[in-house]
Amino acid sequence: MNGASLTTWDKVRQPLQRRLSGEAAALIYRMGLVVLIALVLAVLSDSFSTSSNLLNVLRQASLIFLLAAGLTLVIISGGFDLSIAVNLTLSACLAAGVMKAGGPPLLGAGVALLCGTCVGLLNGLAVTALRMPPFLATYGTLWILQGLAFHYMGGNEIFGFPPEFRALGTGFFLGIPIPVYLMVAVLAICTVLTQGVNYGRELYAIGANPVAARLSGIPVRRRQLSVYVLSGLSAGIASVVYLARVNAADSGIGEPLLLPAIAAVLIGGTSLFGGVGSVFRTIIGALILALVINGMNLLNVHSTWQPLVVGVVLLAAVLLDLLGGHRRERIG
Amino acid sequence: MNTTTLTVYRRSRPLPSVVAICVAMIVGAALLVKGFLSGGNLVNIGLQASILMMLAMPMTLVIMSEGLDLSAGALLSLCSVILAQALLSGLSIPLALCLSLLTGLIFGLANGVLVANLGLPPFVVTLGTFGVAQGAALVLTDGNAVAGFGPELARLYGASLLGIPVPVVLALLVWLATHVLLYHTRFGTYVFAIGGNRDALTLAGIRSRFYHVGIYVFAGLVVGFAALLLTGRMNSAHPTGAIGMEFDAIAAVVLGGTSFEKGDGWLLGTVMGVLTISILRNALNLLGVESSLQMVSIGLLVLAVILIDSWNKARKESST
Repeated sequence: MNGASLTTWDKVRQPLQRRLSGEAAALIYRMGLVVLIALVLAVLSDSFSTSSNLLNVLRQASLIFLLAAGLTLVIISGGFDLSIAVNLTLSACLAAGVMKAGGPPLLGAGVALLCGTCVGLLNGLAVTALRMPPFLATYGTLWILQGLAFHYMGGNEIFGFPPEFRALGTGFFLGIPIPVYLMVAVLAICTVLTQGVNYGRELYAIGANPVAARLSGIPVRRRQLSVYVLSGLSAGIASVVYLARVNAADSGIGEPLLLPAIAAVLIGGTSLFGGVGSVFRTIIGALILALVINGMNLLNVHSTWQPLVVGVVLLAAVLLDLLGGHRRERIG
Repeated sequence: MNTTTLTVYRRSRPLPSVVAICVAMIVGAALLVKGFLSGGNLVNIGLQASILMMLAMPMTLVIMSEGLDLSAGALLSLCSVILAQALLSGLSIPLALCLSLLTGLIFGLANGVLVANLGLPPFVVTLGTFGVAQGAALVLTDGNAVAGFGPELARLYGASLLGIPVPVVLALLVWLATHVLLYHTRFGTYVFAIGGNRDALTLAGIRSRFYHVGIYVFAGLVVGFAALLLTGRMNSAHPTGAIGMEFDAIAAVVLGGTSFEKGDGWLLGTVMGVLTISILRNALNLLGVESSLQMVSIGLLVLAVILIDSWNKARKESST
């Protein structure tokens, strides 16, 4: 009797324990990787462990994270959003245009957030109401948005923004860059959304098995719509921070951020196949990428190497995802 | 309606839409755009279409296998850069072309192995190789254009055979080769099956992965070949020059009625898609519409066609 109940308990407990420890281990490995890269860089370069450089790494990581946070939610729910970087470009260009025309910084930032959210809404409607495959729909919007950004900017650059606006990207509060506070705030909100309330559990369920999710009464299409909107909003926030930091907008500013953002999500351990991952993991992914990029700068590697390295990191992340055993049939 | 007519109807479904779009585009451009029908402009369209054709032919096979190749544009830039640098270092055109083909082969093989053997989603894999190819091109050139390798290649590009420009002849040859490969070889039959029912192919004892890799290798090789035309046209090579061309190629395939699912592909449709896009761009150019808005219009066209595609699928599913 005692033995029987023990085996029943074991049947429930053991797989759970194994799964938990597996996820914890994956997280610890990745944190270890962050420490390892940091240590290597500290040995290789004297200027790495200065506080200004470390804060710089954090700032770079926060930018990648802000762009990738929404994407993480989309990928957890089994979708994909290729348009985030171009969404950032268009949002930044519009915000720059507004401020150039004399609009206050608050209005500029508002326009960027609104533009990002609207693009996300359009993506979401294309995927849910019009039933397009997510990847194709967002690939189409990518080029439409890029065309619009080219058209709006007409090959010109808009630069020089009010100091209050620039503070969003370059400012400090209590010695820590303001984007880092934004990163922590977004992380907190996303963590509550995904881990604290039913909404998050529903996203994981949709990502793991959309049919089962629908049959168990989850409003799948509405949830999917919401993640694309959040992804657009996330791109809008990132566009404000990025624009404030570089202090100039042109029609190509977002493009170099696409691969790092996707790589950050995947290297963090969120599975491309849906249903596995977390926004916190994306922070670790963003830190790893920021460290790699920072290290290349410190070691005087020419910036032309950056796409190559990020591409390799992305492929490595996909392979890692495969080794994680999350592979499932999926139409790309 | 019995099953046979139904099948025939389904097979021929893409035919009317792309033919209609293509004809409408030609008639519309001829009527509305001044100078569209001039001989020089038609040759120009042919030249413009030739590189797109080369990218779109293998892209049809890739999309039929439920895949996608986002790396094509970046790979074309890389091959073009390698070709130009080889010529600059004094190699003959055939040898330089071999290097370009080799580069295409390596990237095609990498895409294919990652997609087919490891079962990774094609769009993320090719996004990664996109980054690698773009990065490699930038590293090789330090971000500068490669030029000054003599006029032989440009002369080849400008030559004509029986009155037809050489690039058009080469593009037609690629079409012919793809046609034979798809409709008259065992490989082609397997391509249909890989998209349609991969498991059945495997269960029939066929090494479906091998042929699946073959699709991507073919794509890489054709891109390596297309670099010859791109480099000849510009008489130089730019490390990011061809990025974005993969979008036109995918657009042409989608317009042509090839579906992203069920191995439903039609090569002639892709050819018409290529013509449609080339004519659209040319007409918009003649009308003075800037290239950014051309991009938007092609994007909208593609989304519209994907929409029709997925609606048709939904209707088919609900009716069965």
